[in-house]
Amino acid sequence: MNRRDPIKTQVRAGIDNDPEGPLASIQLLSGEPRRKLDARFRGLCVTIAAVSVLVLIGLLASILLQGVPSLSLTLLTGGPEPDPSEAGIRPAILGTLWVCSLCALFTLPIGVATAILLEEFQPRNRYGRFIYSVIQLNISNLAGVPSVVYGLLGLTAFVSMFGLFGSRTSQGGGLEIGIRYYDQFFSEGMRSILIPVSDPSRPVSEPVDGMQGIDTSGNPVTLKVISVGEALPTGDALQYTLFDDAEAGRITKKAWYHFSLPLGRGVLTGALTLMLVILPVIIISSQEALRAVPSSLRDGALGLGSTPWQVVWHVTLPSAMPGILTGAILAMSRAIGETAPILIIAGIVYISRAPQNLMDDFTVMPLQIFNWISRPQEEFHSIAAAGILLLLGILLSFNALAVLIRQKLHKPLS
Amino acid sequence: MNQLPFSEGPQAISVTLSLSIGRCMRRDRTRSVIGSFQVVSLIALVAFAFSGCANREGGQSDGTANTELQGKIDIDGSSTVFPITEAAASRFRKLYPNVNINVGVSGTGGGFKRFTRGETDISDASRPIDASEFAAAFEAGIKAIELPIAYDGLTLVVHPENDWVDQLTIDEIRKIYASGDDRSPAPKFWSDVRAGFPARAIEPFAPGTDSGTFDYFREVTVGSKQSLRSDMSTSEDDNVLVTGVAGSPGSIGFFGAAYFEENKTKIRAVPIVNPETGKAVLPSADTIKSGEYSPMSRPVFIYINSKSIARPEVKLFVNYFLTHAAEISSAVGYQPIPAELYQHAQANFTGRKTGTHYLTAEGEKRSGALLEVFQEQNLQEAP
Repeated sequence: MNRRDPIKTQVRAGIDNDPEGPLASIQLLSGEPRRKLDARFRGLCVTIAAVSVLVLIGLLASILLQGVPSLSLTLLTGGPEPDPSEAGIRPAILGTLWVCSLCALFTLPIGVATAILLEEFQPRNRYGRFIYSVIQLNISNLAGVPSVVYGLLGLTAFVSMFGLFGSRTSQGGGLEIGIRYYDQFFSEGMRSILIPVSDPSRPVSEPVDGMQGIDTSGNPVTLKVISVGEALPTGDALQYTLFDDAEAGRITKKAWYHFSLPLGRGVLTGALTLMLVILPVIIISSQEALRAVPSSLRDGALGLGSTPWQVVWHVTLPSAMPGILTGAILAMSRAIGETAPILIIAGIVYISRAPQNLMDDFTVMPLQIFNWISRPQEEFHSIAAAGILLLLGILLSFNALAVLIRQKLHKPLS
Repeated sequence: MNQLPFSEGPQAISVTLSLSIGRCMRRDRTRSVIGSFQVVSLIALVAFAFSGCANREGGQSDGTANTELQGKIDIDGSSTVFPITEAAASRFRKLYPNVNINVGVSGTGGGFKRFTRGETDISDASRPIDASEFAAAFEAGIKAIELPIAYDGLTLVVHPENDWVDQLTIDEIRKIYASGDDRSPAPKFWSDVRAGFPARAIEPFAPGTDSGTFDYFREVTVGSKQSLRSDMSTSEDDNVLVTGVAGSPGSIGFFGAAYFEENKTKIRAVPIVNPETGKAVLPSADTIKSGEYSPMSRPVFIYINSKSIARPEVKLFVNYFLTHAAEISSAVGYQPIPAELYQHAQANFTGRKTGTHYLTAEGEKRSGALLEVFQEQNLQEAP
């Protein structure tokens, strides 16, 4: 009689007890073939993992090969010029930094707070539980919504704010603070003369001889207006001389705290839209992290007389912090790489200046890279590759920073 | 560089000179200023050409970038016109670094939508404004000045190994791209297009349906009433089309001439028979400019918001754009329109003549060559 395989016996016993049971379909193997199968399965796993790593290495290598020769100081400091030798990504880098920092600022508190509510303060009664489960279901669903949908949502909810505050044109409108209006004359001496405007709804100023204005450095100047056909003065007087058919244009100067409603297509709108995209991800990962905290810790703290708030603040949250931060890192990486919603919100591909305030126009790195790739010239494709390297660099340094913070915060549970 | 139709006398010299010294140049002014001032500025310019842009940030009125002028210009619209506008914006900003210019690519239709809401100062368009957009703008109190900027030659391309297509007539192109019906389905094989072509499968490629390029192609081949076939591969990204056509010998595709120029080795342009002369014509700088490459070359436009033109920065930018449009458009792969049309456009801009040339008084679409349509008597101010 053969030596009986103990496992086979056990499994056989299970099947004998319950012929319809879950183990019924397992083909029973004895010693040697069982180990062979194990080795083969391990081999399969290693191969599949190696393939994905190889693809990644291949991608990185091709981008490095294409992009490294185009990495230059111009790329870091220049704007999106049409000449490949002058093209740079500075406005886009700053745009990405603005949008992503603001987005993190909004998303982390809201996301973590929501996760704490859903995990730590669960209601006892039936109706409360029902409402919670509806919220939970919707958050899980929202995590799977394509980001372009959030872009469209951002367009109505933030850009125009459902038309609640009137419409904003390139010359302002709606509610605004931190903005000053000027009428700009461009003199025959090619100097800009600004006439401060107290009421922006008034029509643009007409040139009047002796009108008081300021020059670009803020010094008071007096306008000299002559009729068309008259000889222009020479010397310094020319700088403040206008023909009487000159026209002014209204321009604005915005303080760093400039804010207006509706929000328009500015940095703030971009950050809020990205917040919509990554909020479900952050909530779900924070929930997972909170759930992973052993309940013995909570029970211990509660047993010592802590209030629920003290438990959350001093026990649960610190222990869950590493997990929450990991989730936040992943979510922020997604936000940095997000193109579709930004394309809908901003849509600008040639922008000459980095954002100066929350309402300012912006573009982000993925959008700039997308624009370079879709150009016919081969040079732009290598610049795009260099841009991708920069984007990866920023992404990795963000992640490294978060990992460092996580290490600092990490305290052993025992 | 030699085609600078609006500069005369010392200004012409100053333009040529300033181009030759690149960045540290001073703009040429379109407003006539007394002669002595020009001479003084020319001398100053020469001095600066040799002193090597010493005072670039200074912004004085004697030969460097002008940092005085401020303001912001919002531009949006066609991705076809984008390279021209971007080049103009970039060059203008070297003269006036404190003027901010944003150029978006929402497509011709998307650009007009924002334009008619008053959100943009200038709209890029690869087709003329249509009746509904014109009416919407008028209702919002926005009048537009229509300015043609350049010609774009639509290029029909095939795989380089495709040795059977020597030329195509408009009828044959229509056959390839028109959506079929039950009686005459869209051709599946090249042999269905012309007897003598091999029985190879046709793989048609086309730009995305939102693009002005798609609209224009549809109009000249099947007309605006019929639609193009739905079983072709479309992409908003013309590089995808290039790769697609270069990837299979049975394919055919079309896009702007600039993309063909950069990919001459991967794909082959098809000569198209001009229906008027019966001659097969390849797209080239000369044939597009002369109008021989008809009907596959089209004008592209910019539309200026009449509310924005009083602003000095917009006025100077558009003047700069029109003065240099010929040179800029050839630099980025487009063909300039004839000099007299630029002059006409400049006159329309200076005279602030709003309206479109492409709609009749009854709101019907007017079509034809740019030279015939872009005439004073065709200008419709109101829908």
